[in-house]
Amino acid sequence: MNTPLTAWIDGVSVYGPGLAGWDAARSALGGHGFSATATDIPRLSVLPPAERRRVGTVVRLALATGLAACDSAAADPAELPSVFASSGGDGSNCHAICETLASGDRLISPIRFHNSVNNAASGYWGIATGAMAPSAIVSAYDGSFAAGLLEAMIQLATPAETAGRILLVAYDVPYPPPLDAVRPMRDACGIGLVLHDRPGANAIARIQVETGNEAESQMADSALEAVRTGNPTARGLPLLAALATARARTLVLPWHEHLSLLLRVEAA
Amino acid sequence: MKRRAFAKIPANARRHPSLKPVPLTHFTATSCIGTGLAATRAALLAGTGGLRPCDFDDAELATWIGRVDGIEDLVMPAALSRFDCRNNRLALLALAQDGFAPAVRAAATRHGPERIAVVLGTSTAGILSTERAYRRRDPVDASLPPDFDYRGTHNVHSVAEFVAAACGLHGPSLVVSSACSSSAKVFATAARMIAAGLVDAALVGGVDSLCLTTLYGFNSLELLSSEPCRPFDPERRGISIGEAAAFALLQREPEETDAPRLVLSGYGESSDAHHMSSPHPEGLGARLAMSAALARAGLGAPQIDYINLHGTATPSNDAAEGAAVHELFGDRTPASSTKGYSGHTLGAAGALEAVVAAIALEEGIMPGSAGTRTRDPGVGIDYLLEARSRPLHHVLSNSFGFGGTNASLIISRVEP
Repeated sequence: MNTPLTAWIDGVSVYGPGLAGWDAARSALGGHGFSATATDIPRLSVLPPAERRRVGTVVRLALATGLAACDSAAADPAELPSVFASSGGDGSNCHAICETLASGDRLISPIRFHNSVNNAASGYWGIATGAMAPSAIVSAYDGSFAAGLLEAMIQLATPAETAGRILLVAYDVPYPPPLDAVRPMRDACGIGLVLHDRPGANAIARIQVETGNEAESQMADSALEAVRTGNPTARGLPLLAALATARARTLVLPWHEHLSLLLRVEAA
Repeated sequence: MKRRAFAKIPANARRHPSLKPVPLTHFTATSCIGTGLAATRAALLAGTGGLRPCDFDDAELATWIGRVDGIEDLVMPAALSRFDCRNNRLALLALAQDGFAPAVRAAATRHGPERIAVVLGTSTAGILSTERAYRRRDPVDASLPPDFDYRGTHNVHSVAEFVAAACGLHGPSLVVSSACSSSAKVFATAARMIAAGLVDAALVGGVDSLCLTTLYGFNSLELLSSEPCRPFDPERRGISIGEAAAFALLQREPEETDAPRLVLSGYGESSDAHHMSSPHPEGLGARLAMSAALARAGLGAPQIDYINLHGTATPSNDAAEGAAVHELFGDRTPASSTKGYSGHTLGAAGALEAVVAAIALEEGIMPGSAGTRTRDPGVGIDYLLEARSRPLHHVLSNSFGFGGTNASLIISRVEP
């Protein structure tokens, strides 16, 4: 890449093992007494009751993560374009469909089927918030967080593509057996960011991104490192750690064997 | 369910960002109407569809499908065996047509393999492999069979990882999986990557393959037609599911040429924010996507020569899309759906129909609607039952999906 892409971070959210929201996670990510308790996903305050009953953990995590990021940035969710990034989609829903199809009776539930699309979280996000702006849905295996971050940064960099701000929601939830054996994950993790193309009143940091092939950054704390490698979305934790410490840092997020993202993070 | 006033347009949709046209230098498509461009072109010119009564796997459904012959007999090269599944075999078959793979390799030599992105759409990936693995679970511990490769077949990114490996590309690789808009949205993502200077070229496209999840899933929603689908026909009763792989190579600076060039001149995306499996009844999201594509291309509606509609042949899609097209284009712009030829190829539909748009521009032909007997009198657009010929400059292609995801592309022919 010739010039790095630049954005300002207006809002952050995280729900992961021992990371119960951004405010609580900041001190743990800053190196103060992390303990990987089970991921606690808030109850949904949005969606009509009929839809709320239909959504599983994946959609609940994505929506809670997105709402918390918008709240943290003092942004109206209805006004923001969005990028949804996930490696695996909804494994429980997929498992239920595959079990039904392998049984003698293949009548799968219509709700399961429409929830099986990989953009289910984005679709429910629109229904919940009224956002009609474009929503990108990207997946890149363990590089999904990096792919989502880059997609959001590129949209901000494309002239007049957005109204200046964009929401990134990354989320991955462990699969049930037997799929968990072929795609192990430790616990659910969601990371949300509201990115801005200029330093606004809510800016907490400036980030610059370019592509490279350096080795990925690890977490200094071994328990946090286990969280990072235990969930594709949690590959974004080094960025959150840099935001938590508010010191200028350079870090590397993994994409695939030939490609990584090089990030420079500075206080705004 | 939420209803919204028809007139509400989000603030950012009113902006008029323009796109520097992105040259579309090579393309190919494989579906039930043909393996490669020559057969695809011939079917579109002749008005012959490729649907057949469902004979896929052991599915017992009274519906018609667009199945690609011969996938079962394809052999994956040994070095790529971990990717072996119906979806990636279909991708392999398509890459081998029309000199596409050699063109990608030449581009990799020219730009460097790290300067070419792989951005593909799929809704199914290789889920058929998982469906079959579930039938072979261990009787004692219910585990999946040891030969099941999750990353190479099931994971949604498997098709991009496979295509990147098959073509030796090292740039950003990602999959857009947004149901039936997937492989239209990849053109937008790739165009932005090129505009941002991140890459010099992008291999874009869509691959979607037949599986029981989609066949029985659409059956559960009562959206499968018991006869070959009839887009925009008052008697339409639903979709025919098809499979396809279609690819295009977008390059910032194409090789010098004296021939007319094809370019991606616009794209537009939107969200319905309405319902998971029904479109906004007045097609508001569809209208937003088409308007954004026109704005980005710097074109007015009268400058579009032909519209390749999403036209799935469900009662609700065609009514909503028809209303949105009428709102923007009235009854002046010839339009048709080509789902009657290929079936609805879901995650591959956007790329397949971008290739149909490219063929239309090259041949100066607007395909008639295979399968449609009469026009829906409730839809006030110039819907083509028969093919029409004349020089074309700008073609709009629509792709909409579950979750209320909408994407429109404009492909244009530029004279030297």
